[in-house]
Amino acid sequence: MTAQILSAIFTIIIGVGGCVVYYWGANKILDTVFPSRGVSGAAAVDNLRRQGLIRPWLFVGPAMLIVTVYLVYPVIETLRLSFMDRGGENFVGLANYSWALGDREFRSSIFNNLLWLAVVPAACTFFGLIIAVLTDKIWWGNIAKSLVFLPLAISFVGASVIWKFVYEYRAEGQTQIGILNAAVQYLGGTPQVWISTPFWNNFFLMVILIWIQTGFAMVILSSALRGIPEETIEAAVIDGANPFQIFWKIMVPQIWGTIAVVWTTITILVLKVFDIVLTMTNGQWNSQVLANLMFDWMFRGGGDFGRGAAIAVIIMLAVVPIMIWNIRQANREGGGGH
Amino acid sequence: MASSSGKSFLGRFGVHIAVLVFVAIWTIPTLGILVSSLRDKDQLIVSGWWTALSTSSQTEAGRLPGASAQIEKDGKFVIEGNIFGDGPARNISAFGTKAQQPTQYEAGAVADLGEGVSLQLNADGSFVMQSPKAFEGDRGQRVYYASSAPPRFTTDNYRTVLFSEGIGRSFINSLTVTIPATIIPILIAAYAAYALAWMRFPGRALLIAVIIGLLVVPLQMSLIPLLKLYNGVGLFFGVPAKTYLGIWLAHTGFGLPFAIYLLRSYIAGLPREIMESARIDGASDFEIFVKIVLPLSFPVLASFAIFQFLWVWNDLLVAMVFLGSGSDQLVLTGKLNALLGSRGGDWEILTTSAFVTIIVPLIVFFSLQRYFVRGLLAGSVKGG
Repeated sequence: MTAQILSAIFTIIIGVGGCVVYYWGANKILDTVFPSRGVSGAAAVDNLRRQGLIRPWLFVGPAMLIVTVYLVYPVIETLRLSFMDRGGENFVGLANYSWALGDREFRSSIFNNLLWLAVVPAACTFFGLIIAVLTDKIWWGNIAKSLVFLPLAISFVGASVIWKFVYEYRAEGQTQIGILNAAVQYLGGTPQVWISTPFWNNFFLMVILIWIQTGFAMVILSSALRGIPEETIEAAVIDGANPFQIFWKIMVPQIWGTIAVVWTTITILVLKVFDIVLTMTNGQWNSQVLANLMFDWMFRGGGDFGRGAAIAVIIMLAVVPIMIWNIRQANREGGGGH
Repeated sequence: MASSSGKSFLGRFGVHIAVLVFVAIWTIPTLGILVSSLRDKDQLIVSGWWTALSTSSQTEAGRLPGASAQIEKDGKFVIEGNIFGDGPARNISAFGTKAQQPTQYEAGAVADLGEGVSLQLNADGSFVMQSPKAFEGDRGQRVYYASSAPPRFTTDNYRTVLFSEGIGRSFINSLTVTIPATIIPILIAAYAAYALAWMRFPGRALLIAVIIGLLVVPLQMSLIPLLKLYNGVGLFFGVPAKTYLGIWLAHTGFGLPFAIYLLRSYIAGLPREIMESARIDGASDFEIFVKIVLPLSFPVLASFAIFQFLWVWNDLLVAMVFLGSGSDQLVLTGKLNALLGSRGGDWEILTTSAFVTIIVPLIVFFSLQRYFVRGLLAGSVKGG
């Protein structure tokens, strides 16, 4: 244990120290090779100019290198691999894509992803908006918000364990230790095996993501609600509008742009949802989704890179348009720093 | 007017109730694993965690010792002892000798079992069985009893998972991954963001566009080529393909576009006069960056640091692809996932392990919530 801690500290120092040394050292070398102090005027100006040409690249160089290796190259390579066979050696044309269209598991993943897309962003935005509005009106609203916000800090895997415990099933008549089945039994119902009942299990997995992401929607929408000018609401009150009219006709239209950003951000997250499905069911009982299917094909039977890459490309094709729209919208809303 | 104030009172009451319901739904699941992780594991499997504070009662069956335990006393044959043996004490309320009537007799009563045989079972589990004739056979009398146990809380589960289930080791692995994978991208992104915001060089606008473009790339697009690349590099140089350095760089790569995007927009908004007066005083770009830009950018650096920390700590996908599954490299999320497979029904292990994995994010979250929210508001477009 101590050896592990020491080696961890050592590797951390090496890793972080390496970075510091690079920036400090590269800068030092530049100053030494082209000195701007302690040399004659003309040479100093010359060297300053040279420094000005080189230094930006010292600063952006590491970022460019890493982004190229970890994002630019892989995107191109994944596109290429999606037209290749399982080992990535022979060109197979569109075979991986046509396989996907005909594959039962792939189709079921698409169906489930669409189901997730239809439910999760809507539910998160809806609950987030309701909670944001309600907590604004009470003195302990901030405490309530913190508690709803809290699951956002929990990992998908941790949340899966938490909810697996909620869904825990014991045969009828036994003492239920999962709170959901205990409630069902208390109300006179029959306990269910929630996560292995096809079709409906999708919704029990979605609950986990909704539980995590509602806090995100709530925080963003809450700050948008604060930005609504008081006068518009006061005017509506004077005109005799009831709370529901104020909410739907005065508040919601004014924060429409923010609602859209929240909705699309969660949509993108849903398209990439992986951990929850892996840990809860690993795609069994018809609960497969694209991201988990892709991960599965990366390693299934030694890995089929062609099919995995094809699924990744399909995920990207779904994500990119939404993401572009989202960034545009966020920039228009002045999302770059409140 | 009176009716409207009455309505608003009802309305306000309704708001409190509604918020209370939401808060309950959002906290009860987490509370469940926290309470369960502190419960005795024998109680955990027989009663719901919400009953943890009440005395749990159950009906059980036991067998008294056989004939070999009898002693002869005053012309009678007697078997004495305690039905719980050396186990934890419980409180017996009733007992019986027939499965149909497990609570036929009050605790402490003397039960007549026929043929002069009597059995007395006391609340503390001690029993006396008497018979005029010698007992025969190795199998003793079957006894049913209803017992209740006081609530027991313990930290044993934590000791177990930390030291014998490997969670402690994984905790350190997670820290080993997370700390550099948070600091390295901040350093690299801050330099790049400063250069992109304040330095003039050809291609700057193009670089900014590329960075924003890369925000849209889903993580899944990178996995297969990088896996191939890592395996290739490992094979070529004869080094392991799955290393901590490898995952630090992977997390750095995936976090950089967002980091640069977030930091650049903040650094570009710093007042120009400060930079220019420093430059006139003869400060180089490096000095300006270290002495002026970094300290002024603290809020945005903190926001990004929290984001990246939580994202790396909570990540499962990247760790599964770029790290091995041996105990020296398995991070908490991976370990928890493995436990779900191997210890599926052992809720005392699972709930405790889950709580260990979420405690660090929760502490970070509660202590730095302000920065976290600010980061969320500024960068709701995080790619990943």
